[in-house]
Amino acid sequence: MLFILEDAINGILMGSIYGLTAMGLTIIFGVLKVINFAHGSLLMIGMYVAYWTVALTGIHPYLSLFIVIPAMYLFGYYLQDIVIKPIFKAEKDVREPITVIIVTTGVWYILDNMTLLFFGPQYRSIDDNPLKGKMMELGEIMISVPKLWGFVTATITAFAIYYFLQYTRMGRAIRATSLDRDAASLSGINQYKIYNIAFGMGTAVAGIAAVTLVPFYNTFPSVGVLFDIKGFIIVVLGGLGSIHGAIIGGMIIGLIESVGPQFMAATWTEAIVYGLFLLVLFVKPSGLFGVKYDW
Amino acid sequence: MTLLEVNNIDVFYGDVQVIFDLSLHINEGEVVSIIGGNGAGKSTLLRTISGLLQPANGSITFDGTSVHNLPPEDIVEHGIVHVPEGRRLFSLMSIKDNLIVGAYNKRATPNTAKTLEYVYSLLPRLYEREQQIAMTLSGGEQQMVAIGRGLMAMPRILMLDEPSLGLAPVLIKDIFQTVREIANKGTTVLLVEQDVNHSLNLSDRGYVLEHGRVVMEGAAKALLKDPHVKEAYLGL
Repeated sequence: MLFILEDAINGILMGSIYGLTAMGLTIIFGVLKVINFAHGSLLMIGMYVAYWTVALTGIHPYLSLFIVIPAMYLFGYYLQDIVIKPIFKAEKDVREPITVIIVTTGVWYILDNMTLLFFGPQYRSIDDNPLKGKMMELGEIMISVPKLWGFVTATITAFAIYYFLQYTRMGRAIRATSLDRDAASLSGINQYKIYNIAFGMGTAVAGIAAVTLVPFYNTFPSVGVLFDIKGFIIVVLGGLGSIHGAIIGGMIIGLIESVGPQFMAATWTEAIVYGLFLLVLFVKPSGLFGVKYDW
Repeated sequence: MTLLEVNNIDVFYGDVQVIFDLSLHINEGEVVSIIGGNGAGKSTLLRTISGLLQPANGSITFDGTSVHNLPPEDIVEHGIVHVPEGRRLFSLMSIKDNLIVGAYNKRATPNTAKTLEYVYSLLPRLYEREQQIAMTLSGGEQQMVAIGRGLMAMPRILMLDEPSLGLAPVLIKDIFQTVREIANKGTTVLLVEQDVNHSLNLSDRGYVLEHGRVVMEGAAKALLKDPHVKEAYLGL
């Protein structure tokens, strides 16, 4: 019985990191109404930034947040400003412009292959960091320390973003733009700037997720793909645009993935995850915490 | 003094021309009504003035500066504030947050607390319910929030697009009463309405729009007595 509890705890911890990757996706979708197919690649870029920062300076992996967050924010801000915005403007009468989705797919391929070109296909990991392989004993239960750090980080990030969106001038403007673009414009909000900022925020959150992964996960050019699909499922499960929905959706997926193999072949857990995904789409298409209204 | 001047504008939706060679002007401190049936181009005119649409030809000047090439957020900065048709509130935000977002422009933000107090004194119902989510309000309350949000931007000219649309007659009276109070405080008001009787009664001047053209203009009192207006819009 105890090992199931152990798996459940570690699964929830890992799931909160999945949730963190999905949170960036949900922020970007909430405001731009565009599924960012490049999100996994942004996570991958974040992991490379974190990896090289730690590998070159030898600092504690979490200290790389001070470099990763601003770097990723600016990267996302200008990616949206330079690459995506022109398409957005050309299609401004279309509410969910499919061409923008195609552009993000292009960005995904370019980023992944550029990384492959520059850094090669090898798996990189930081072997001598203070978190690697650390376990904490709680009675007879072993808890993975780097995942626990990830859990704490995910929780703090979720609360910080919630507070920012709820109580600051810019946060209110972001929410207003996500609810009604024209009405936001008429209130004096430059909607394209809000898109840049939202994209920057989503990318920065992907960077935070990357930092939580780097201490115990390998960094390689296609690492994003593993988290990409999971991210989409989590976002649909938790409700598009919902911050806490992303975290809780992530925990559910993490839980299924780690407890499931106790009862069945590990590959079956995938089937359960996708089955749950379909079930949510059938029963509550707006997701567990999504608000049912017209986007 | 002329505050807003629209000179010979043509406006298109795609290939369809909606407004033809339209000119009008609004003086500082005036209340002006634009009346006309469905599809006359009233809302299009307001959307053009506020920058959501751009005129193909012609010009719009506000207080001496040309504004027709500016994006909506810059036009708000100048003091032209448009309360759109159908309220268009931020549905999942509280009344208070809706109002605060109204004061987003750089001119209004520093005065948010003061304007909020003014809006609450004008519309005390909003203060009672400031934490309520906009989506859950009745039509009349939503219209009050929409007008309040417009006032939060510190308008020099407030453009209201069909504020009485879909409201019960008793609420319509309230809305027009509020508009009158706003005008009495010195804000210039441009009112687009299908409720011709009410709107002309509280206006100084009026324009009649038909098929995207101004077909008649003059003092509100005179328009109310005009046989064409009486027959077409007042049903007399």
